[in-house]
Amino acid sequence: MTTASTPAGVARAEEARATDGAPRTGVSSGYLRHAAGKLGGALVSLFAVLVTSFFLFRIIPGDPVKAMTHGIPTSAEQLATLRRQFGLDLPLWQQFADYCAKALGGDLGTSFQFRAPVGELIAAKLPATLLLTGVAVVLYSALGLWLGTRSAWRHGGLGDRVNTGIALTLWSVPSFWLGLLLIIVFSVGMGPVPGLFPTGGMESGTGETGFAHVLDVAHHLVLPVVTLVAVGYAQTLLVMRSSLLDEMGGDYLTTARAKGLRDDEVRRRHAVPNALLPTVTMVFINLGHVAAGSILVETVFSWPGLGGLFYQALSVPDLPLVQGLFVVFAGAMILMNLLADLLYPLLDPRVGR
Amino acid sequence: MTSLAWERRRGSAARFWKTYRSHRAGLYGLAGLALIALLAVTAPLTVGADVQSVTNAPGTALEPPSAEFPLGTDQFGRSLLGLLVWGARISLLVGLLAAVLSVAIGTLVGVLAGHYGGWLSTVVMRITDWFLVMPTLVLAIVLATVMSRSMWTVVLAIGVTSWPTTARLVRAQTIAVESRPYIERATALGGGHRHVMARHVLPNVMPLVLAQTTLGISTAILTEATLAFLGLGDPTVVSWGGMLQDAREAGAVSSGHWWYLAPPGIAIALVALAFTLCGRAVESVLNPRLGVGR
Repeated sequence: MTTASTPAGVARAEEARATDGAPRTGVSSGYLRHAAGKLGGALVSLFAVLVTSFFLFRIIPGDPVKAMTHGIPTSAEQLATLRRQFGLDLPLWQQFADYCAKALGGDLGTSFQFRAPVGELIAAKLPATLLLTGVAVVLYSALGLWLGTRSAWRHGGLGDRVNTGIALTLWSVPSFWLGLLLIIVFSVGMGPVPGLFPTGGMESGTGETGFAHVLDVAHHLVLPVVTLVAVGYAQTLLVMRSSLLDEMGGDYLTTARAKGLRDDEVRRRHAVPNALLPTVTMVFINLGHVAAGSILVETVFSWPGLGGLFYQALSVPDLPLVQGLFVVFAGAMILMNLLADLLYPLLDPRVGR
Repeated sequence: MTSLAWERRRGSAARFWKTYRSHRAGLYGLAGLALIALLAVTAPLTVGADVQSVTNAPGTALEPPSAEFPLGTDQFGRSLLGLLVWGARISLLVGLLAAVLSVAIGTLVGVLAGHYGGWLSTVVMRITDWFLVMPTLVLAIVLATVMSRSMWTVVLAIGVTSWPTTARLVRAQTIAVESRPYIERATALGGGHRHVMARHVLPNVMPLVLAQTTLGISTAILTEATLAFLGLGDPTVVSWGGMLQDAREAGAVSSGHWWYLAPPGIAIALVALAFTLCGRAVESVLNPRLGVGR
């Protein structure tokens, strides 16, 4: 959510670009070494996430077992049994070793609240989040790229100022607030506007099948996606804009113009492909960010995904579930960064070889 | 000696202001901030701390806007306009403190890593990179969940999760500054590590730090509102995010009470936008190559 934040992948790519001209080893072996290095780094990061998630949740004040049985009369023996059941009576190091061993096997513990394995709960909610964030990222990347290109090509003009202004304003808006307003205006209906879209959820549950079901889900998808796109496209726009501005001084554009290409072709065939490189990394990193950012939007629209589950877990607090979701969100970010790092040298031959 | 240095600093500040003035968006941002800060600081005189009181509420529950309550009332009968003005205090305070904390950590880490280099830099930068790929919001939410509910928890949760960008930028700037000849001269004249870092590196990274802080505040204000909305803020203090949470709990969405929902969100957006505009203007004054729109 920071304007100035350079995604790690881009920053590293820039560094690598600066050392361009270093002696080259074989093309493919160089890439393999690069890939192995990135993979190792990602594994270390993942382990660090496990360590953090384990120890963070030990500093919580208050007894999770007491929180769980809140309002229900429980005897001391029952509390002790519950503690033993969740392994809360063992020494800390033993809990940690157990935790790591289980997490590696895909077992993230048992939810206090739902009395079900955390892994299963997450797996059940994952498709809804993937659908929402996937559609949102594709749309806002496309919108950001298109508007960013237009902005940079006519930079300083009225269109550019209006474009950047609107994007920055929407970007300063809290996503959950925009979602609530959209619900009031377009779902509940306000004045002359009738309730056009459902207030929440992913399907009406009236048992449609086939194409009707797809339409129903798409209908529910509109408002959450609009919210995510509106608050998110500014970042892609700004990166594309500044990256294209960097390219615009390039001699190769003068050459392209000199050989008689129309302005439109110069932009489409020469400038944009080069400017796209940093933006591609952004798209991947955004995928990871959006999954986390969807917590608010899913909560507001009662979307049955990971974000909504996270909110439910927070209010208890259902520690194993919060912990499991934290690992999943952080893991998704690491994975997306890794993909960006692996893809970048393939797109830009100057990097990482 | 010192007076000469100060004169030079004053000169560069004047030059900075002259360039900044040519960024119209930055000026709008600055004017907006001055106005909001004035409202927040004078709030005890204009609306008074009583505005938060649930027991002495002047109106009835959920009144629509009227002459007496220009923005209506909440479910306890409190004036929403008063709460909005009072909420500016906590939002600005938390935003400022969190951004200062985050930039302070980032600057310290960046200068140390850049100055000493070697294994220290490698280790510290690995940790920075790790924080950089963490989903900041999720980490802040988890921190706020496991600590007790208070304003300081929110400040801490935002501050310790958002410093890595600053650390990277400051480290790069430190390395650039230290490659200049006058640092070699300072070392040759007997200047130690602390002298070089405090008297030469720090003044040179300060402009960058200023830009980072300004940009950081808008992010911090948004994160604060988010945490408050999720119920992780201080429940005893009125904040804009908290007002939105109250509005949602009072059923403002399904009953279409837009006058309850709209103002806090607009306030958050305006303040965040103002800080972003100022930050971008400062950034483009310092680094004209960025090509940030004027």
